[in-house]
Amino acid sequence: MAAKTDLRRFPGFLTLTIICLVVLYAPLIVVAVYSFNASTSITKWGGISLAWYIDVFTGPEAPKFQQAAINSMVIAVTAAIAATIIATLAAVAMTRAGRFRGKTLSFALISLPLMVPEVVTAVASLVFFTAIGFTSGLTTILIAHIVFCIPFAYLPISARMQSIPDMYEQAAMDLYATPREAFKLVLLPLMTPGILSGFLLAFIISLDDFLITNFVKGAGVETLPTAIFGSVKQGIKPNIMAISTLMLIVSVIFVSLSWLIGRTGQNKNQET
Amino acid sequence: MTSAEIAVDIEGVIKRYGSFTALHGVSLGICENEFFTLLGPSGCGKTTLLRCIAGFEEVSGGTIRLKGEDITGLPPHKRPVNTVFQQYALFPHMTVAENVMFGMLRSGWSKSDAAQRANQVLEMVQLGGYAARKPAQLSGGQQQRVALARALAPRPAVLLLDEPLSALDLKLRQAVRVELKSLQRETGIAFIFVTHDQEEALTMSDRIAVMSDGEVQQIGSPPEIYESPVNRFVADFIGETNLLDVDVHAVSDGMATLSLPGGHGFSCPAAAVRGAGKGHLSVRPERIALCPAGSGDLDATVTGRVYLGTDIQLHVRLTDDEAMTVRLQNSETTIVPEEGAAVGLKLEVGAARLLAD
Amino acid sequence: MAAGATTSGGTVSNIYKGNSAKLMLPAWAMVGFFLLAPVMMMVVYSFLTKEFRGGVIWDFTLAAYDQFFFDRGLFGDEPPSIEWTYIGIFWRSIWQAGVATIACLLIGFPTAWFIATRRPSTRSAWLFMITIPYWVNLLIRTVSMKFLIRDTGPLNEFLLWTGTVSEPLGLINTNFAVQLGLFYSYLPFMVLPIYAAVERYDFSLSEAAADLYSSIWTTLWLVILPVVKPGIVAGCILVFVPSLGAFLAPDLLGGAKTFMIGSLIEEQFKGSAGNWPFGAAASTILLSIVMAVLLIYARNQNKGSER
Repeated sequence: MAAKTDLRRFPGFLTLTIICLVVLYAPLIVVAVYSFNASTSITKWGGISLAWYIDVFTGPEAPKFQQAAINSMVIAVTAAIAATIIATLAAVAMTRAGRFRGKTLSFALISLPLMVPEVVTAVASLVFFTAIGFTSGLTTILIAHIVFCIPFAYLPISARMQSIPDMYEQAAMDLYATPREAFKLVLLPLMTPGILSGFLLAFIISLDDFLITNFVKGAGVETLPTAIFGSVKQGIKPNIMAISTLMLIVSVIFVSLSWLIGRTGQNKNQET
Repeated sequence: MTSAEIAVDIEGVIKRYGSFTALHGVSLGICENEFFTLLGPSGCGKTTLLRCIAGFEEVSGGTIRLKGEDITGLPPHKRPVNTVFQQYALFPHMTVAENVMFGMLRSGWSKSDAAQRANQVLEMVQLGGYAARKPAQLSGGQQQRVALARALAPRPAVLLLDEPLSALDLKLRQAVRVELKSLQRETGIAFIFVTHDQEEALTMSDRIAVMSDGEVQQIGSPPEIYESPVNRFVADFIGETNLLDVDVHAVSDGMATLSLPGGHGFSCPAAAVRGAGKGHLSVRPERIALCPAGSGDLDATVTGRVYLGTDIQLHVRLTDDEAMTVRLQNSETTIVPEEGAAVGLKLEVGAARLLAD
Repeated sequence: MAAGATTSGGTVSNIYKGNSAKLMLPAWAMVGFFLLAPVMMMVVYSFLTKEFRGGVIWDFTLAAYDQFFFDRGLFGDEPPSIEWTYIGIFWRSIWQAGVATIACLLIGFPTAWFIATRRPSTRSAWLFMITIPYWVNLLIRTVSMKFLIRDTGPLNEFLLWTGTVSEPLGLINTNFAVQLGLFYSYLPFMVLPIYAAVERYDFSLSEAAADLYSSIWTTLWLVILPVVKPGIVAGCILVFVPSLGAFLAPDLLGGAKTFMIGSLIEEQFKGSAGNWPFGAAASTILLSIVMAVLLIYARNQNKGSER
């Protein structure tokens, strides 16, 4: 067994991995730490304080950020729900319907938002909405978000469905369930972890989006990322770091949830 | 067997996948209260045929009748047959009880009737206290019994079993064989059992259909299949046999007159009517007796001996260089010749068979 | 995302097959109307005339592309000469994206290898740790990086305080800062595909190579890398393409000298100095480059699987 491990070990790889992790986490940790900085100066450390967090919620910029946060949440929830439903239907067709006309094209279509560079999507969306005379605002943001959330919701749902052999649905039909009942009583429950995973993923993706939102939002509306960006352009203030840390925590929670749900579903299925 | 006793009537069923034909017009009839086995090597079409009966595959031709009613075009959920799947397919998100009640609830049974029947069936497979468990908490053998209970609970007309024992280890397999057989007797419904294991088929079945390359080679009871194989495939697939090249002189009244290798004349049952010419004789190794050289049907030299515990297997070579195997019972009275010795072989007339091909 | 791998065919898939159109309709509608059509509209816009305060006049012209490639106009009095400014910006973006990709590869491959060779019980924990930062908002990550490395930031503070340097490193607003930002943004995209490929790698190949006198580095170069290549290629694409059109990293971490495509395009649509057709043209060119790269990749995939 010792010989086997040696063949897998390359000197220096562990170091590089540590470097990788350090680079990934350092900026975030630093910002989180400095968000508790008591001093008003950005860089001189003045002791621990929650002042900036309080400022986020009650300071002069608070209403702007609060409205932006609400906008972000509403859009994220709505976009995630819509994208998840659309992605679920598509996943059912792609993994269960065998070969149908237009299948490869459908697959390309679902992946399209991932393949088009974000800035191009942003420009295209802005141009489109302007051309058809759609006033920019929450609706335009929502529509754009739904579109690029679809592939993100699709990925875990499709992966989950592929790991469920259709023998369960066959068994259900063998036991007199109609195809609809087989779907509702057998396939859907087994797919649930994937659907939840997809929803959470879509939610986070929508919540985090900056570029596309910035292009299509028009003048009057802000989401949290665009509000933060606007503020950063005027200089990094400590309350930005507080908001950043808050968003960091929210993201981590959601991703952990998504991952855990994905894993429990997998364990349940593997044991049969 | 009168037609009234036939549970499943399969007539000329053809199944094609694109340019590949899996079933070339299969016809057979399975009787009520019968343990019927589809036996054959992998790829012979036995599972395909089972899936056609269950409704998971649409036939490309032919009809399937269940108790006289044509079910060929019906989707699986409209056919009163239930399947025990090779991998059990127990719904992982439901308890054992919910699994077992599934088919009944879908067919319109009331919840109380279904629960009652579920308990009854679980008792029948000796899983009485396991109703609240989830499949993941059960052993392989227990899961298989739940699959059985689930399939039997809705009182199907016929039960289909797709190699249900292949995932079990040997000791368990042997125990379950006995249980399955008695279960079939108890419920009184026809079991259609698919396997590639010929020992399984021989020990459990009332009748066996031996299949190869999408065609039925022979249908018969285990003794018939074993002792009266119809062609080389069946003779070779079931148990061990010796296949001798012989010269057929005539076949009449089911008996063949032929010349064995080495020239000796011989007469034995024939599997089918055929003309004179070259043929194959099938003789089981245990149906050959040793005698002094020159005084038997064949002359041979011993080339090897294999000790098998219960038997001694003797490898011999005939004068025309054909190899044969003889099985001698390992007992005090058996005289086992040395390697290189010249022996004579006496073939049991009733056990030897001229094959159709 | 190989589709349809688990159906055993027969009546189950037939049931779904009949409804495949209805099932795919919502996806087709959303992506068709709100991505495909907009992109086509964008290409159309690149052939229109610019409106003074943003927007377009529906007069077809090649003016936008003209402005992009030539400085004096294709149809002017003097013979046209190539305008290098914008092409230069594109070229710089390709170069920046390339450097970021290579950096991701050099750090990402060892990381992916390391994680994939951990014990199965710890493996998912490592993966989790690598992917968490990705899920933090890209804007926040980029802002954090800016905060960290700028002249008055903690990094320089620390270096000054320990006496390692005598003056701030001047990292911000440089090409290096942008590359660092891109590297930081897309590193997990390199790690994950390589990880997936290494996980599927059959270690008996390494054992066979060792049995035949190969050192671990030779084995890496001659055996492991070729086998794991699909994962590496996928990772490179997943880093290169987004880096090419990136906006945040160049905008927040770079300056005037590091202007990239993303910033160039964004500039055209903000405020009254914008030139919509020009922005649309630049976007179309960017899209074409990306699609070309993806098509080449897809074709190579097909060639590989045909064997």
